[in-house]
Amino acid sequence: MDSLILRTATRLIVALMLIFSLFLLWRGHNLPGGGFIGSLVAATAFALYAMACGPAAVRAALRVDPRLIASVGLLIAMVAGVLAVFAGDPFLTGLWSKPEIGGAVLPLGTPLLFDIGVYLTVLGAVLSIMLALEERED
Amino acid sequence: MSWLTVLPILIPLTTAVFAALAWQNLPAQRVIGLIGATALFVLSVVLMVVVWQDGVLAAQMGAWPAPFGITLVVDNLSAAMVVITGITGLAVAVYSIADIGRVEANAGFHPMLHFLLAGVSGAFVTGDIFNLYVWFEVMLIASFALLVVGGGRAQFDGAVKYVALNLFSTVMFLSAVGLLYGMTGTLNLADLHMKVREVENTGLLAAVAVMFLVAFGIKSAVFPLFFWLPASYHTPPVAVSAIFSALLTKVGVYALIRVFTLVFSPEALGEAFDWIQTLLLWIAALTMITGVLGAAAQTEIRRILSFHIISQIGYMIMGLALYTALGIVGAVFYILHHIIVKANLFLVSGVANRLTGSYDLKKIGGLYKSKPFLAVLFLIPAFSLAGFPPLSGFWAKYVLIKAGLEVDAYWIVAAALVVGLLTIFSMTKIWAEAFWKPHPGGDGAIAVTVDRGAMLALTLPIAALALITVAIGLYAEPLLSLAERAAGELMDPAAYVRAVLGAGA
Repeated sequence: MDSLILRTATRLIVALMLIFSLFLLWRGHNLPGGGFIGSLVAATAFALYAMACGPAAVRAALRVDPRLIASVGLLIAMVAGVLAVFAGDPFLTGLWSKPEIGGAVLPLGTPLLFDIGVYLTVLGAVLSIMLALEERED
Repeated sequence: MSWLTVLPILIPLTTAVFAALAWQNLPAQRVIGLIGATALFVLSVVLMVVVWQDGVLAAQMGAWPAPFGITLVVDNLSAAMVVITGITGLAVAVYSIADIGRVEANAGFHPMLHFLLAGVSGAFVTGDIFNLYVWFEVMLIASFALLVVGGGRAQFDGAVKYVALNLFSTVMFLSAVGLLYGMTGTLNLADLHMKVREVENTGLLAAVAVMFLVAFGIKSAVFPLFFWLPASYHTPPVAVSAIFSALLTKVGVYALIRVFTLVFSPEALGEAFDWIQTLLLWIAALTMITGVLGAAAQTEIRRILSFHIISQIGYMIMGLALYTALGIVGAVFYILHHIIVKANLFLVSGVANRLTGSYDLKKIGGLYKSKPFLAVLFLIPAFSLAGFPPLSGFWAKYVLIKAGLEVDAYWIVAAALVVGLLTIFSMTKIWAEAFWKPHPGGDGAIAVTVDRGAMLALTLPIAALALITVAIGLYAEPLLSLAERAAGELMDPAAYVRAVLGAGA
């Protein structure tokens, strides 16, 4: 689709959606959200970008093959689970570290790492399917 | 040692990830695949030894206590199934070096193979019925990707049939899980074992049991739900057919055995169980007979073998249907023997195709003259499948028939014996057409100059699997005592329940 209005609006909206998807990922631990839904929002952003500027532009913007994103995501999720095994707990047990940064406590844990893994896996998988379908049309 | 239980899933999953990272690099993928398959095999043997010595292993994922979290449980049956998965996974990983080229690798063969192995192992080690559903889905996704690897028109046709019918099965499975959860409030298999006895409406429970029977029946390709199998198994590359024929239907049979011993036991279902048992016996007999008759009508090697999978599934169901300790021993022994033999026959069919140029028995021949060694390697699994002494299939059939005679189920024993004879007929047909008669295109039509390295990669797994078949046949005692112990745990799941829920349960 070649439309000046769509392309102009897309630039703005895609950036907003990507930020929102990261926000959903971050918020997901205690509130509605999480890696899965966050990555779907990100994938929607790329889908919009593909509609406005074509799948080639999406591939260029991603810089890496979506399959690679999915594989790395799966690896991160597995590492998040395995870390607990090395600490002597069952697989996937949440490990937490709470460093104080400027007086505020920042809880960091393996569940977040796992969620980042989910985020990348789903994003990579959805993007490879979507791009394959878009490119078939050309 | 309970962290061992998660490794049958983690190893193939890690392998799949690294194989996917090396997507464009075929030699690296092969090395990663071989390392991963070897690691899975070694781990599975370690797991088997540990379970044999220490009894049932259980681990609570994420340290969420059972029955609230997901439990992984490995008893003797699960461990044995993981070992057999490791063996076939390794055999296919070696075979695929010669069988899977750049086109198939580019479509994701290597990552998907290990993804499939992760799904299969996951189904074997999980102690949670919803988690079992998840592993079934993982298997379905991976097997769909593997079916279309290479991407011929026939492959897509087969894959669509396969996925449509299997999706129906998983939807049925999921609905049944939902209903069961509604009645009992738990998904943990060990907890279900206790809770289903408190369900007052046994009629409803029996209905849910039949839903599980249908769902797993489609997966394990029993009569009359088997039609997806012969429609799809002959289309993909042989390495894929072999791993499918070895593992996928057997996961269905495993799930049937698991739920009908642990959850829908006679104590839980009461009188309804007799009715289901009769149903299972009929299914077993009809599956055996339709499978073997279907095979008789085929002339394509892989189609013949596909129908024989169905026929053999009947024997396993027969063991479960008899529902005696010996019957379950027979079923477990049969599954373990069958996986090795069936994978091997598919691998042989791939070599035959490579040498003669076709899978169609009418177009090929002369293999005995040009490759006598291959002929021997075919005869071992073929005779074992038909149940010739002293090969593994003989003991498998012997135990089942003895179990049938013990409870005076003469008609099913008669059916099993007749089907055995008809199996010999089918195997003889392949022997006579592919090996004995001269090639219709003359002696020159056989490619005797297949690359030596490739031939080694193709023959090595076949020879190893044939050796295992002979070894089981000549020295059946260890496997038999393993099957006995597994059956003992199934018939009396107290140890299983204790391992999951703790000593208080």
